[in-house]
Amino acid sequence: MYDFAYHKPSSIADAVKLLSEDPDAKPISGGMTLLPALKHRLNRPTALIDLSAIAELRGVKQEGGALVIGAMTKHVEVATNPLVLGAIPALAKMAASIGDTQVRNRGTLGGSLANNDPAADYPAAALALGASFITDRRSIPADDFFQGMFTTALEPGELLIAVSFPIPEKAGYAKLRNPASRYAMAGVFVAKGGQGVRVAVNGAGPCVFRQPEMEAALAANWSPEAVAGIHQSPDDLNSDIHGSAEYRAHLVTVMAKRAVAAA
Amino acid sequence: MNVTIPFEGIGASVKRKEDLRFLSGRGQYTDDMNRPGQLHAWILRSPHAHARIDGIDTAAAAAMPGVAAIYTARDIEAAGLGGIPCGWQVTGKGGKVMAEPMHPVLASGKVRHVGDPVAVVIAASRAEARDAAEAIEVAYTPLPALSTMAAALAPGAVALHEDAPGNLCFDWEIGDAAATDAAFARAHRVVRFETTNNRLVPNAMEPRAALGDYDPNSGEHTLITTSQNPHVIRLLMGAFVLKVPEHKLRVVAPDVGGGFGSKIYHYAEEAIVTWAAARLKRPVKWTAERSESFLSDAHGRDHVTTAELALDKDGVFLGLRVATLANMGAYLSTFAPAVPTYLSATLLAGVYRTPAIHGQVKAVFTSTVPVDAYRGAGRPETTYLLERLVDVAAKEMGLDRLEIRRRNFIRPDQFPYQTPVALQYDSGDYEATLKGAAEAADLAGFEARRAAARARGRLRGIGISTYLEACGIAPSKLVGSLGARAGLYEVANIRVHPTGSISVFTGTHSHGQGHETTFAQLVSEQLGVPLSQVEIVHGDTSKIPFGMGTYGSRSLAVGGAAMVKAMDKIIAKGRKIAAHLMEAAVEDIEFDRGTFRVAGTDRTRTLTDISMAAYVPHNYPIDEIEPGLEETAFYDPKNFTYPGGCHICEVEIDPETGEVEVVAFTACDDVGRVINPMIVEGQIQGGLAQGIGQALIEHTAYDADGQLLTASFNDYAMPRASDLPSFAVSTATTLCTHNPLGVKGCGEVGAIGSPPAVINAVVDALRDYGVTHVEMPATPLKIWSIIHGKSGAESLPAAAE
Repeated sequence: MYDFAYHKPSSIADAVKLLSEDPDAKPISGGMTLLPALKHRLNRPTALIDLSAIAELRGVKQEGGALVIGAMTKHVEVATNPLVLGAIPALAKMAASIGDTQVRNRGTLGGSLANNDPAADYPAAALALGASFITDRRSIPADDFFQGMFTTALEPGELLIAVSFPIPEKAGYAKLRNPASRYAMAGVFVAKGGQGVRVAVNGAGPCVFRQPEMEAALAANWSPEAVAGIHQSPDDLNSDIHGSAEYRAHLVTVMAKRAVAAA
Repeated sequence: MNVTIPFEGIGASVKRKEDLRFLSGRGQYTDDMNRPGQLHAWILRSPHAHARIDGIDTAAAAAMPGVAAIYTARDIEAAGLGGIPCGWQVTGKGGKVMAEPMHPVLASGKVRHVGDPVAVVIAASRAEARDAAEAIEVAYTPLPALSTMAAALAPGAVALHEDAPGNLCFDWEIGDAAATDAAFARAHRVVRFETTNNRLVPNAMEPRAALGDYDPNSGEHTLITTSQNPHVIRLLMGAFVLKVPEHKLRVVAPDVGGGFGSKIYHYAEEAIVTWAAARLKRPVKWTAERSESFLSDAHGRDHVTTAELALDKDGVFLGLRVATLANMGAYLSTFAPAVPTYLSATLLAGVYRTPAIHGQVKAVFTSTVPVDAYRGAGRPETTYLLERLVDVAAKEMGLDRLEIRRRNFIRPDQFPYQTPVALQYDSGDYEATLKGAAEAADLAGFEARRAAARARGRLRGIGISTYLEACGIAPSKLVGSLGARAGLYEVANIRVHPTGSISVFTGTHSHGQGHETTFAQLVSEQLGVPLSQVEIVHGDTSKIPFGMGTYGSRSLAVGGAAMVKAMDKIIAKGRKIAAHLMEAAVEDIEFDRGTFRVAGTDRTRTLTDISMAAYVPHNYPIDEIEPGLEETAFYDPKNFTYPGGCHICEVEIDPETGEVEVVAFTACDDVGRVINPMIVEGQIQGGLAQGIGQALIEHTAYDADGQLLTASFNDYAMPRASDLPSFAVSTATTLCTHNPLGVKGCGEVGAIGSPPAVINAVVDALRDYGVTHVEMPATPLKIWSIIHGKSGAESLPAAAE
């Protein structure tokens, strides 16, 4: 990696100030994506703002009909938190399926969402659950947050503080792992709640997306059979040595069925 | 006092002596070592598969902070260094010797694969060296990439090396073509099969590293390196590249974290750091990043083969014809030419009595990373070919898969068995291992399990592989006649210290095999000393007389045999000393479990009494025997050893996703005498994991421009514990007849026997879809494409018809 300055602020205000002072500084949470990129010299920030000392960024609390999870909460904490396990077990189960033990003990919810890797798991959960993204300056609805591959609505210097997940009536997640990276080749998160039925697809396309036909079908009939006959178009889906766009399109239907069955 | 001595000899599952340091993080690997004043090397590598180097401008880089030196091919050539040598010369059809192009330490004039080293920067820190390397400007003129053997062999293809026209390294044959033609002429049926044995990246857990040092006072060079065979590196690098005599060159291979063949070879980085350290009078270290490992460690496999099997009406094999294209990559790595020929085509008889065999191999240069021996080296390729071919033949003949094998097995009473492809097998019992595996796998109950899986919506299949391999490498005279440029004996030096503890210096090298335990058990058994009193020393040319290292499952069969021979000499000398001390005739002295006894009496002396007398020779036959108790033995094997066995794999396929799950795997192997059953089982399990990895997920892909697509673990799939079942591993032993221990070797059998068992199971699971073959790796995409007849399937080579 190249040289960079290192800061470890202890408050959100200090972190935001550091970020605003240096447009080429980057916040780092678990570093599960950023650190390898730095080691490969694919990224050259002037400074890293380590968020790990900011206590207010961590933890899970219930606020009305939603769980608010701090951006620095680790996957293992989400996977094992009693509130999450009780209110949104599908979210806990999804967190337990991310990477491996080492990743789950370093990687964070906020880091994953702000990075918006097309094959990451959290974006599907957040989009399907209709989450709100609470930053240092505003709240962003999930439908506006994910804007493209590795791109979100976060402005330069804007810090994700927490994510508010409305507690659904039912939710489920299923994915097929890429045999090499073990990221999702295609994953589907389904949820039924106050915002209706929402189906979000990760891994298959360049960015997490909703599947309106499946949402309509599930709204009419919440069952695996309801989505079994709905075919995802392979147009614009990812295609690589591990999976063609056609294969990924097929997997969307299979994973949707399984997600509903698991919900 | 009664002391219970635990059984620690041959056959005991003693816990591994080396594991405490490995498991507690106290292993000492090359990258753990640092020397005062040490500099760091960074290798600038080619981004092109094939390009002319028009110029290299190092001026800006040389002025960067911390930079001590930058070297390119010009410096290497000015210093008179040689190229990286190949250890094997294959002579092809018509006596034509293989093309052996220069393999420069740093690319000279041209680069020939992505990752080819172009320049080295040596700086105070690794980061500074890397910064400076980024500032080197290399002007390239790209040339056509030869990503595949088909591209390299195409008419009019550009030559990668001027002295290898048509990109052909050699065109070689073995066996009797006329006799094979005659067998085909009278065949009831001919079964044809084509396959590609997928290219693999070894991915040892420890990346390669090398630390060079130089002592201006003595003129001695030291290389600490991640090697499976330090003496061979000293020989190849000293004699051919650096031209430094052995007594001024010390090569140390300390703890090494896995090799699987990839650390046999002499690599450019070893020569670079050793040479640069002497030039700069400072130690120089290089450690590969994982990305560099993908681009610079020799890859494995990559054979494209067509086979034809002639059968009579009863399914008895009459003849076999095989033609293979073997990818050598851009340059000849140390063992590369031997892999598809003497380590592969010589196994074409397998466990069968096929009377006429003709094999042909064309070795091809491509603009890819060099390909060399990887766990099993040639035998997995042949085993996969044969065991798939036999299954295809059974299907075409309407015969049971076990029955066709049994009809063709070499029977126990037929050993020694001379094959039509040079090798003579000494022992084996293929029916015994088949029976052992079939019973353990509950073969009889399979159809019920298949039906139960179907009820769960899953496709279950079972696959069998009955195989043998040739290892215990190797008889020097034989391999010399086949083109090996070195002997393949092994060396042991055994030093009994004055108070009876023992140091064993072996020319083999342990990089995961557990030699420190297994060899100590041998010594404990033969000399009757506790395991704790035995130390195994390996990996340092300054301590060990000589050695050929560890590969080809040779350490116990060859290195262990050398130890037995050295211990025989110790005992012979001990008997003379004991005879003197007990005033008896030498002929009357017996030795058993650490005690010398005058036969038929209670007069005894312990080994410790004898060693003390040997080192403090007050009462000693000093006029007749030298003091001291230390012996050296060189052991050259009389033949290869021939482990074999039966692997049975059971898979379930999810038809919706194409995922293949190995739900059961049973192996019954004959590895000869087992010294430590726990270590043998561990070796076999590790080999099975690699074989299943090759069969299901591992795959090396280049694009048409010669860029490695699978250049990281993001795209190169490695098997993990969760991909593997709980293995059922057992042994059924016949002894090797020609080495003193009766051992055959266990390091590679798992990786050799398993891939066809897995694919046979996958094909069996898909039997209702009319599938006759699935190429490795059987990834979810490939299986789904087959089941659903979707695009993606056409990228699979045609199924055998």
